[in-house]
Amino acid sequence: MSVMKRMSMIFKSKANRALDRMEDPRETLDYSYQRQLEMLQKVRRGVADVATSRKRLELQINQLEQQQNKLTDQGKKALQVGREDLAREALTRRSGLDSQLGDLRAQYQQLQGEEEKLTLASQRLQAKVDSFRTRKETIKATYTAAEAQTKINEAFTGISEEMGDVGLAIQRAEEKTENMKARAGAIDELLASGALEDFSGPKDDIQAELDRMGSGPGVDLELERLKAELGQGPAPKELDPGSPAAKPQDVDTPQQAQWQQKPGGAQ
Amino acid sequence: MIVRIMGEGQLDIAPGDLTALNKLDDELEAAIDSGDETRFRTALHDLLDNARKVGRVLPEDSLEPSELILPPADAAMDEVRKMLGDEGLIPD
Repeated sequence: MSVMKRMSMIFKSKANRALDRMEDPRETLDYSYQRQLEMLQKVRRGVADVATSRKRLELQINQLEQQQNKLTDQGKKALQVGREDLAREALTRRSGLDSQLGDLRAQYQQLQGEEEKLTLASQRLQAKVDSFRTRKETIKATYTAAEAQTKINEAFTGISEEMGDVGLAIQRAEEKTENMKARAGAIDELLASGALEDFSGPKDDIQAELDRMGSGPGVDLELERLKAELGQGPAPKELDPGSPAAKPQDVDTPQQAQWQQKPGGAQ
Repeated sequence: MIVRIMGEGQLDIAPGDLTALNKLDDELEAAIDSGDETRFRTALHDLLDNARKVGRVLPEDSLEPSELILPPADAAMDEVRKMLGDEGLIPD
């Protein structure tokens, strides 16, 4: 038998089983309506849950993008001061973040899709629940018990199909967000442990090296310039005035500290 | 005839359009039997695309049950297998 047919029979048999459990048609109406309201609550919670996961991903994506930009800048600075090895290290780390980011962006897209689908499902269910409520009151007021049974069955089968559909949609969305939460948690831990931070926080070794060199190139450049003036070597290449290397006075370097502590040093 | 695409809502499809739909449904079934996920995905999307193309969207507040029900677009083959099984995936 065809897939389409079998699926619809499964839905119908579920609705029938539920109907068989009811004795009084009026009880069926009221009980079903209660179930619908519960399902609506569940769908709304589902939407909110997906939205929360999506926002969390958004934060993580922003954090990782900041790291990437930072590493790019560090790579540039390192090149400016002629440290290709440091630049390579910065770019290597940056490419390590690329796949993480790609993953997160794909998940983000997926969650956005889920959120949209559930929002629409929630609207559809709301419309059907409202319609069921109207019909429920009409049936209660207008029909004898025997007539009501047929009307109730019609309405009930329609709404129970919708509930089954939306129920499954919620389940699937929950499974997806659970998987993503676990992965997002792992990234949060990485961010918190400093494994991703260690080259942008206080322990940033690339930055430390660049800072340490802050005075280096300045001194070297000065030397080169003097040498050039004295005709002892080629004129130096100009550094980008915006780079920290061009402002050695901003950096309290180990060399300077040693120099000041030297007993009997020229003060 | 009223057709539901799970996760999307209901469509009203004219009897004349059902022949094409049934052919695509047969292909979907064959794909599930063959166990080929790629073939299944193609067959499912062909079936859904066709249904969306020929179907007229039912008003949201309609309470009519569907004659035919199609799996959601992002369903995996195993999932559909389970839905069709005795246990079913559809919550009570």
